Amino acid sequence: MKDDKKLYTISVYTENNIGLLNRISAIFQRRHINIESLNTSISEIPDVSRFTVVVRITESQVKKIIGQIAKQVEVIKAFYHTDDEIIYQESAIFKIASELLFEERQIQNIVKESHSRIVTVNKEFFVIEKSGRRSEIDELFENLKPFGIMQFSRSGRIAVSKDKMKISKVLNAFKH
Amino acid sequence: MKKNQVTKVRNTQTDQPRTSKRSQMKKSIHISGSEAVVRCLIEEGVDVLYGYPGGAIMPVYDELYKFQDHIHHVLTRHEQGATHAAQGYARISGRVGVAMATSGPGATNLVTGIADAQIDSTPLVCITGQVASHLLGSDAFQETDIVGISTPVTKWNHQITKASEIPEVMAKAFYIARSGRPGPVLIDITKDAQFEEFDFSYEKCKGVRSYNPVPVATENSLKSAADIINSAKKPMIVWGQGVILGKAEKNLIEMIEKTGIPAAWTILGASAIPTSHPLNVGMVGMHGNYGPNVLTNECDVLIAIGMRFDDRVTGNLDSYAKQAKVIHLEIDPAEVDKNVKTDVAIIGDARDSLRRLTPLLREKEHKEWLSKFTEFYKVEFETVIDADINPTKEGLTMGEVIKEINSCTNGDAAVVTDVGQHQMIACRYAKFTQTKSNITSGGLGTMGFALPAAIGAKMAEPEREVIAVIGDGGYQMTIQELGTIFQQRCAVKIVVLNNEYLGMVRQWQQLFFDKRYASTEMTNPDFVKIAEGYSIQSKRVSRREDLAPAVAEMVASDQAYFLEVCIEKEDNVFPMIPTGASVSDIRLE
Repeated sequence: MKDDKKLYTISVYTENNIGLLNRISAIFQRRHINIESLNTSISEIPDVSRFTVVVRITESQVKKIIGQIAKQVEVIKAFYHTDDEIIYQESAIFKIASELLFEERQIQNIVKESHSRIVTVNKEFFVIEKSGRRSEIDELFENLKPFGIMQFSRSGRIAVSKDKMKISKVLNAFKH
Repeated sequence: MKKNQVTKVRNTQTDQPRTSKRSQMKKSIHISGSEAVVRCLIEEGVDVLYGYPGGAIMPVYDELYKFQDHIHHVLTRHEQGATHAAQGYARISGRVGVAMATSGPGATNLVTGIADAQIDSTPLVCITGQVASHLLGSDAFQETDIVGISTPVTKWNHQITKASEIPEVMAKAFYIARSGRPGPVLIDITKDAQFEEFDFSYEKCKGVRSYNPVPVATENSLKSAADIINSAKKPMIVWGQGVILGKAEKNLIEMIEKTGIPAAWTILGASAIPTSHPLNVGMVGMHGNYGPNVLTNECDVLIAIGMRFDDRVTGNLDSYAKQAKVIHLEIDPAEVDKNVKTDVAIIGDARDSLRRLTPLLREKEHKEWLSKFTEFYKVEFETVIDADINPTKEGLTMGEVIKEINSCTNGDAAVVTDVGQHQMIACRYAKFTQTKSNITSGGLGTMGFALPAAIGAKMAEPEREVIAVIGDGGYQMTIQELGTIFQQRCAVKIVVLNNEYLGMVRQWQQLFFDKRYASTEMTNPDFVKIAEGYSIQSKRVSRREDLAPAVAEMVASDQAYFLEVCIEKEDNVFPMIPTGASVSDIRLE
């Protein structure tokens, strides 16, 4: 079915202005669309910000959403991609009691096998960082859960597209 | 008054250079933020603004006092009236309307008008005062997050906390409000920024890098559209306000006269082409004309120009023009394929697109096809229109009032309507000879719009006859603006069609809720006495023989005039496309 819901990654290049996050998220809220994840950062272009928004909607919905986002005055350009059109990652950190690292040898194996990284260790806790697909982070979470996770936090998806995002053209066209 | 050295500005916002002042302004002067705000308005050619003072905007009002020879501030009786007046000003003139309010409740009272301007693409700049920047977020007196509140209903908004931002942001505000698909912009200025002094100079905004207001239609899209139109046997045009906003009225007439294509209009497109034009086949939509609605589902090519396929226009989308190829001329790419899938989208300004499209079209006549519209009109006339405008029953009808206005004004008046039955009747029967003459709240359907909007319209075009036609319900939502009319000596003509009901809701209750008239009956005050309280000449009419002389007297008056017409209580507006029905299932009774 053409109109099935799918995971779409929306990338938005914008000016860096107060209130723009509100303006963009309102576009989803108004249509009763839940945002799966949202990340904002600088982009490859100086003074240009980049939003990465993940939503589960139909293609016709995502096209309309892109139109509404692109139309905002401070949005330079907006794109949408399916998972196979992008390279994407999430990052997660786990805080775990230090004694486990030494008492439960299994933990060391989990860290090694999951290709995660120990960021810091002190007397009370240690912190593991894992970047990758959502499923890999979920797996690590499940594996560590039995030992007790003191704190957990995961970032929104960040993504780059396989194809070019032609945004320099838009910026170059503006001579001011 | 030493600071007050700006030369008198013309009553326009054209791009004509004002050289002497320009060069004078280029040199920076050391002034306060609040003076800068007023100077920016003057630089943008603003001659009138509407607003209401209060604590957080007082420094700007102090400057407005000093500059009152250059810019006229109109005190409305409620901030909502200020936005609607600014809308009326913008809609009749094409210039940017300006409204001003204080923080907190002043700002929130603007919101309805801003939302109305957003959905009806009306260029507005709204300026609100805000608590001092060090108090932001502290729940200070009259603090409200107006930037947050207005975000979903503005084209752009911005908060200024430093005086030095004022010139650039104000210039951007006007540029964004008026360019491309117009819309409302809100600028919130903290009180400390209004007091702060800085070196002021002004330069108009020429562009914003992230914003491309006027896309240029591609040659390919024009050629593809021309191919489809040239081979069409039953083409039909539906135009909207984009034709008026894009100043494309003449281009549209040229196009239809060359191609012989029947053209219908949406409520906001009304008056772009004279009502009497032989190819003007009437209004589409829920209470539009019979022919254009039914024939939307028979045409082979539907050419939509500067319209957005609102649900009140299309009825059920699953059965809307499915047989037709759809060509959409539209300035806003987000409107393309939003509601109706198009075969060819011509994304650009209506005037430019039509100017380039018409030469590619073949001269044609569609006599047989056009005669279908005439046949449908005959049916509609016999079953609906005749009884509406030439009634023989005892009670007065809304239709005959509009007919009387038509004959007294020769169709030259601008008709400002509110929302409801009277609005549909006025749009159906008003005859227009010139563009920008139908001023109404279309998309948002804001009751209370008409009275203040009529004030703005009359002040923008004092030479024009401006007649507000309002229902008794909507009238009472902004009735306090009679005070503005009184104080400003604004010569608007007010016609209240009084059926002592919220008529449109009552009609729906009759048709779809088994006549359970829940909270739609109104016990009204003596409207004539109220008008008299404001020294507005007024009259009440309830008999047919008194109607024509009263309308004539009203039109002849060179001052404000209030006319209450007591009409039949339970008249309905037909034709009607019930919600969820197809345009071709339009009901005549």
